[in-house]
Amino acid sequence: MTHGFPPPATGHVPVLRLGDVLLVTLQGDLHDSAAEQLQQDIGEAITRNRAAGVVIDLTGVEIVDSFLGRVLAEIAAKARLLAAETVVAGMRPAVAITMVELGLYLPGLRTALSTEDAMRLVGGGYADTVARPGGRRPGSP
Amino acid sequence: METAAGVEACLPIRSDMDLVWVRQHVRQAAAQLGFGLVDQTKLVTAASELARNTLVHGGGGRMEAAHVVRGRVNGLRLAFADDGPGIPDLDRALTDGYTSGDGLGMGLGGARRLVHEFAIDSAPGAGTTVTVTSWAVRPPHPREVV
Amino acid sequence: MPEYGAAGQGGSPAREVGEFLLRRRERIAQRWADETLFRTVFTVSREEAVEAGRAVVEALAQVAGADRSADPEAPGFLVVRDQLARIGSARTRTGVTPSQVSNDVDALRPPTVDLLVADLPDAAPEAVREATNVLTVLMGTLRLVVMETALSEGQALIDRQRLQLMEVATPVIKLWDGIVAVPLIGTLDSARSQIVMETLLEAVVDQQARFAILDITGVPTVDSLVAQHLMKTVAAARLMGAECVVSGIRPAIAQTIVHLGLDLGTVVTRASLADALGYALRKLGTDIVTEASHGAGER
Repeated sequence: MTHGFPPPATGHVPVLRLGDVLLVTLQGDLHDSAAEQLQQDIGEAITRNRAAGVVIDLTGVEIVDSFLGRVLAEIAAKARLLAAETVVAGMRPAVAITMVELGLYLPGLRTALSTEDAMRLVGGGYADTVARPGGRRPGSP
Repeated sequence: METAAGVEACLPIRSDMDLVWVRQHVRQAAAQLGFGLVDQTKLVTAASELARNTLVHGGGGRMEAAHVVRGRVNGLRLAFADDGPGIPDLDRALTDGYTSGDGLGMGLGGARRLVHEFAIDSAPGAGTTVTVTSWAVRPPHPREVV
Repeated sequence: MPEYGAAGQGGSPAREVGEFLLRRRERIAQRWADETLFRTVFTVSREEAVEAGRAVVEALAQVAGADRSADPEAPGFLVVRDQLARIGSARTRTGVTPSQVSNDVDALRPPTVDLLVADLPDAAPEAVREATNVLTVLMGTLRLVVMETALSEGQALIDRQRLQLMEVATPVIKLWDGIVAVPLIGTLDSARSQIVMETLLEAVVDQQARFAILDITGVPTVDSLVAQHLMKTVAAARLMGAECVVSGIRPAIAQTIVHLGLDLGTVVTRASLADALGYALRKLGTDIVTEASHGAGER
């Protein structure tokens, strides 16, 4: 390659355990196979740690295309089958606007402004205050 | 005169690693031509979708990037070409939800919404070329003194 | 710089003019520095004006030398295009009309012609006339180039101002910890809707606002395009972890929305900004305490 770019982040994305929550921080440009690997790693980590929640931090992610969108949706679906809840946190405005334009609404995913908010969400507490998948939310507490 | 250096390129699309290079090149070129952050993101995302199409459905190919100018506005034109089987039914391929591979079916139709101009040239057996162009319509960047 | 008096030794009139310009560039630039165009644009120092003039004279010399005196696209002009654009737009910004700028450029011609004639004392009248003609054409071309660059600078200025206006018209207000709002006033077109969306979502991140209110009380009409933008904003906010509430839908607009068959589906709407604020506060667990039974008092 003739480019002066730093080599893209390859290899696998670490999955951290904080109590009964798994924290995954995506950074930079994720390579397809790394994303698929991550999907598998999270599944295994949930079972191994009996995790109740998965927080995926997207603060450092510059684009989400349909491939990564599908990976996120599948992680959430799989986690749900394993009784864990997934929250995607810190998505940048430009990324969100682009995803909506692309037609990726990720209806099954819960979202939060920051990892802190996300941790609180999956750790219980005010679980109903952020948009739930699929519209109408229950009346205020 | 213009800052075309570093924009023009022809990149191979042979592996998912190449997709990363395509995205990085488009990001850098769009930034250099004065695209705003949201427009950069849209263009990079469109490029990612189209490059993946080239890889998955066209069996690999290449992307050519070119700097285009209309009046005082800079534009970036990206052409994704493969020598694959071609697309038999273009209208259907551009419909949301249509997919022949394993995506969310957003590929072509979605990418089209992310760019200003979109053209597709394909015939069964003759490969596919998708050409997209976006314009840096909001130039908050000061012009460089030559 | 040595200035040779001899002139007219062979060569085309165009080339001769080119040589004259190069030879006398210092003197020409000095003369131009006193003309309105340079005097009013380069106000810092006379030296600055002379230097700018010298660059323009050199460019003209190159254009004449290439025998392209009548061609505004001549490569020689490229070098000074930015310089000329700055001169042209600096003039128009002070409120001078384009035709006046044109006159200003034209005023550079007589002193230059005078210098040319003075430079050819021994040349045949025929040769002097030809050289003067070339110079006149060349100065006319310069005028065209200045006008052209000034006008396109003007367009760029209008574009910039339009953008600034749209940004000014989109103030994001923090209503409470975790609640931001944009009161929209005036017509929403596609470009403005885009800016509203970006501004609001940026504020959501900056303020870590869990609620964003889009108040459309001041928006006269909502067509399907605007409705679509509203829905996109709501969807993008949700992806970021915030909830977007649309308030201030007047009865007439509600009527239009129903008529157009638009489905605002999952969008949370409230009649007024106050209602939307109340909704968001309740969701944040900050209920409004009403003293006695009149109005909603806040602290």
